Amino acid sequence: MRYILQFAVIMGFTLAGELPHLIVPLPVPAAVWGIVLLFIALQSGAVKLSALEQAGDFLTGMLPVLFVAPAVGLMACWDAVAGQIVPMLLIVVVSTVVTFAVSGRVTQAMMRRRKESGDA
Amino acid sequence: MREILCGSAFFPVVLTLAAYALGAWLQRRTGSAAANPILVGALVAGAALTVTGVPVEAYQAGCESFSWLLTPATVCLAIPLYRQFSVIKKDIRAILAGIVSGTAVSLGCIWAMCMVMKLGRALTVSLLPKSITTAMGIVLSESAGGLDAVTTAAIIVTGVLGNIAGERLCRIFRLTDPVAQGTALGTSAHVIGTARASKMDANAGATGSLALVVAGILTALVFPMITG
Repeated sequence: MRYILQFAVIMGFTLAGELPHLIVPLPVPAAVWGIVLLFIALQSGAVKLSALEQAGDFLTGMLPVLFVAPAVGLMACWDAVAGQIVPMLLIVVVSTVVTFAVSGRVTQAMMRRRKESGDA
Repeated sequence: MREILCGSAFFPVVLTLAAYALGAWLQRRTGSAAANPILVGALVAGAALTVTGVPVEAYQAGCESFSWLLTPATVCLAIPLYRQFSVIKKDIRAILAGIVSGTAVSLGCIWAMCMVMKLGRALTVSLLPKSITTAMGIVLSESAGGLDAVTTAAIIVTGVLGNIAGERLCRIFRLTDPVAQGTALGTSAHVIGTARASKMDANAGATGSLALVVAGILTALVFPMITG
């Protein structure tokens, strides 16, 4: 019963995420609004972590498995990309690595500076 | 046999879980990042489809029965963020600065490379939103006249790349702090990268969740300005 209730709470926030998705004129999907709403609810104390903890951990643990099917689906869209596969792969790989490096280094550099100046 | 497999709603689900489990086992056995469960799972499942003659479309239709878990599972990324928020909060400015600069560089880098390689507008707008989560990227790409198959492919390849190479990239760029690692994975490789960050460290997972949300919303805001 506990897991059923937990799952119900999670599905409730998933459903609630569809509301801003309909109102706010931005292509932000319900899943992202759902993260925002659930985080606000937890942080404000409106919802206790224990009300969804185990079912939530199970679901986030499932995340990687859920990307197997879309990855297999790449087989089906081969025709759309085959002609430009080399430049596209190059762009995807290079821009991902550059984005990774810049975002990580900027964050790490600013954290170090804050620690050194000691204003915690 | 083929008819039974094509018609079964459970064959695609069982195949996916078994292929992923095989990948996870292989990764534990070899300890290699290249033996990534998503990658191995997709290759094994794809090979099984080819051998059995089940069309990819039938497989994907069958997987929809559990692919819808993706939305509630993504919503639950608020949980690791909430658990670690008190720890990562003190570095919030550094995290946000990393996300903003990473997102700007991502868009600029893709745009510049597309220009240099003369890929044309349709492919350029299809590739621009490739570092954000699929549901968002496809909407953005379509709104500007992109091809959603190309966008989906680019997003998945980006995510799997981040998932596989994440730890190695952290070593190459000397990202030792979990908060910086999470920012990098969430900003560059959205939810699939964040899934890897969660396995590396609790703070990395929390920062990754925050990064994928902020980078996604930021891209949604900026994208219409550069493609308009």
